Amino acid sequence: MGKGINKITDSKVFKSYGGVLIALIGLMILFSALSPHFLKTNNILTILSQVSIIAILAFGMTFVLMIGEIDLSVGSIAALCGIVLGISLDKGFNAMISIIIVLMVGAIAGFFNGFIGAKFKIPTFIVTVATLGIFRGIGYAFTDAKPIQINNSTILFLGNGKLFGMLPVPVVIVALLLIVGHVLLSKTKFGRQAKIIGGNKTAAEYVGVNTEKMQVIIYIIMGIAAAISSIILTARLYSAQPNAATGYELDAIASAVLGGTSLSGGYGTVLGTFIGASIIGVINNGMNLIGMPYFYQQIIKGLIIIVAVYVDVRNKERMIDV
Amino acid sequence: MKNIKKVFPGVVALEGVNLKIEEGKVLALLGENGAGKSTLIKILSGLYKPDGGQIFMDDKEIEIKDVNHANGFGISTIYQELSLCPNLSVAANIFALDEPTRFGIIDDREMEKRTKTLLNELGIDITPDVLIKDLSISNQQMIEIAKGLSKNPRIIIMDEPTSALSNKETEILFKIIRKLKSEGKSIIYISHRMEELYEIADDVTVLRDGKYIGTVKISETASDELVKMMVGREMDKFYPHKDFKYLKDERLLVIENYNKENFYNDINLYLRPGEILGLYGLMGSGRTEIGQGIFGILKKDSGEMYIHGKKVKVENPLDAIEHRIAFVTEDRKNEGLVLSGTVQENITMANIGKLLNRFRFIDSRKETRITEKHVDNLRIKTPSVHQIVNKLSGGNQQKIVLSKWFEIEPEILILDEPTRGIDVGAKFEIYKLMIQLAEKGVGIIMISSDLPEILNVSDRLLVIDRNQIVAELDPKDTTQEKIMTYITGKGEIDGERY
Repeated sequence: MGKGINKITDSKVFKSYGGVLIALIGLMILFSALSPHFLKTNNILTILSQVSIIAILAFGMTFVLMIGEIDLSVGSIAALCGIVLGISLDKGFNAMISIIIVLMVGAIAGFFNGFIGAKFKIPTFIVTVATLGIFRGIGYAFTDAKPIQINNSTILFLGNGKLFGMLPVPVVIVALLLIVGHVLLSKTKFGRQAKIIGGNKTAAEYVGVNTEKMQVIIYIIMGIAAAISSIILTARLYSAQPNAATGYELDAIASAVLGGTSLSGGYGTVLGTFIGASIIGVINNGMNLIGMPYFYQQIIKGLIIIVAVYVDVRNKERMIDV
Repeated sequence: MKNIKKVFPGVVALEGVNLKIEEGKVLALLGENGAGKSTLIKILSGLYKPDGGQIFMDDKEIEIKDVNHANGFGISTIYQELSLCPNLSVAANIFALDEPTRFGIIDDREMEKRTKTLLNELGIDITPDVLIKDLSISNQQMIEIAKGLSKNPRIIIMDEPTSALSNKETEILFKIIRKLKSEGKSIIYISHRMEELYEIADDVTVLRDGKYIGTVKISETASDELVKMMVGREMDKFYPHKDFKYLKDERLLVIENYNKENFYNDINLYLRPGEILGLYGLMGSGRTEIGQGIFGILKKDSGEMYIHGKKVKVENPLDAIEHRIAFVTEDRKNEGLVLSGTVQENITMANIGKLLNRFRFIDSRKETRITEKHVDNLRIKTPSVHQIVNKLSGGNQQKIVLSKWFEIEPEILILDEPTRGIDVGAKFEIYKLMIQLAEKGVGIIMISSDLPEILNVSDRLLVIDRNQIVAELDPKDTTQEKIMTYITGKGEIDGERY
């Protein structure tokens, strides 16, 4: 028995994700004790569908944080993308064309963030605080602050449909992106270069990494992730709303940090981020199920972010220790 | 200090170490990197708590709880790494947390007056209202020293105070130390520069591998005896023997008319296969910038480069690496290593392309194999290739930086101050490694401000002054004095000791 436990605690998966996995399982036990509905397959799939929107943003955020930068504008990008989707469908473009347009808008928004930061050497915190307002404002301007209803069945299927009668489409999308993102970050030259930039930007430049180009590409990836996330969000809301996804950037950052990504760069995994996003999803869902008022949920989520950052700081101290 | 012991997870850093310092004496603390000097000092200055042993002051046992507590006992430490706030003035730094106030508001005039008096007393010529960031490194170090002395301590610990000082300032420092001695103050002095110890110290305590080796009177001990105590074996020479002829008298690298405004002018040089070319210059002379220009990280405005007689374009580090040029930077921690990364990630980072399998994914088994090869070759002491680099010693970290560049199989290797801040044993190993590479036909450009080193290790020597090459010399028939005659900017730029 003891040997079996040692085997688990020594394994690579446990070492990397042990802490968050225990937290996730603990929360699930807690909520299933508090609510009989929690552990039902249906509810689990609902949680995963809800999680998908934040998780996809958080995947992009993992890359951004990995190079030691930050993006506070992702919620605004997602809202803007949703509106562009609505307008595009309204103008009579089909779902396929509309999706391509939305992905391009996300990529351009990301490019703007990355390029301004890298080229003019402005801290990305400042750049994205500014674009948080800019992108949100453009969305409001496009719609006169009114929501746009979505009737296109293909788009609605992407947010609400089921494959084989049971598997929600958002869950399938998130699973695919999880695999792609995880492999890209931990198995390719691109991912390794991102890690080196986050660990030591000067050293990265000395070994021939084009740090400016990498930063721009990573913000484009972030923008595309926000666009994908916005399609699911818009479909689930059956409408494009200029005030959608407000505050999602913080959930995305919290997910990544909970999952072990370092806020100062150089360490993180997409899989860890997914676990982090699941924790936030479980908390949201569980608190709803037990009927906790919305403002208490806000307080508890805020406390969780503090805990997450504390864990990050402590991990780093452990690294610096002799 | 008696029988001091300090344990870190996994290692015993100090065991049974004694240290005794008398009033009005200078005690030198000598030992290789990792011998435990820093740990001992950190215990004395309240940063670490000892795991065993006793500390006495005036025959009374004391316990040092933290840094403020140590200051209370009159122990002041001047660190090698600058602990000044660059955005504040000289006066504000010296009086940090202890500012003179009037009605709760900091009295700037009083603070600057007192700073002026203090600096005058010490013979340091710097105005109190200058910002630290506008001072040269050596002047910053002088302010650091002034700050340490402003608290009027009884025991002053100086950790490598001269490593960033010029000749002139070192003399000022020694004057200050002699004055402090005459006032009955005690000084613990750490330096790698043996000749300094003979000039300033009374006694020497030697540590090795965290153990106390002994304390001797410096006036009665020869320097090779001290080295023997320090490294634990006879060191008959400081520089390895080399007697190889140039493998080929051809031009591996030729630089023609390299220019970069304000950084380097009219640089013309060549490098032969198997040659160690020394680039000597003072701090600020442009010696590092020339290396950076060749490597492409400080891109030239104009000029041509030829490798094996063929004109090549090296405009960024990627081009340089493609042409198998490597650049080992002076500042390992800040420019060379990903401290949060593993040994493996650090060693392979200049050549990730080599790790990819046919699906363009990193082959982690191959990565481990490559890393293990380097770990064996350079005898890097690490529990595993997955070890986080931050936890390794400075010497091993440097070997990792070297391995990273060896991994691209360089043909041209630029080393910027490869032995700064490391001890004699490790220096010897680095020189040996350089010679081994040279024998294989690698051309090495060694940038250094250490004259004995550059005279003994290089085959040919270029003197750099004011961003230009001012002389080409044969190290075999030149002297330190002769080299210095070419340096005209001595009085104006920040000079180092020679």
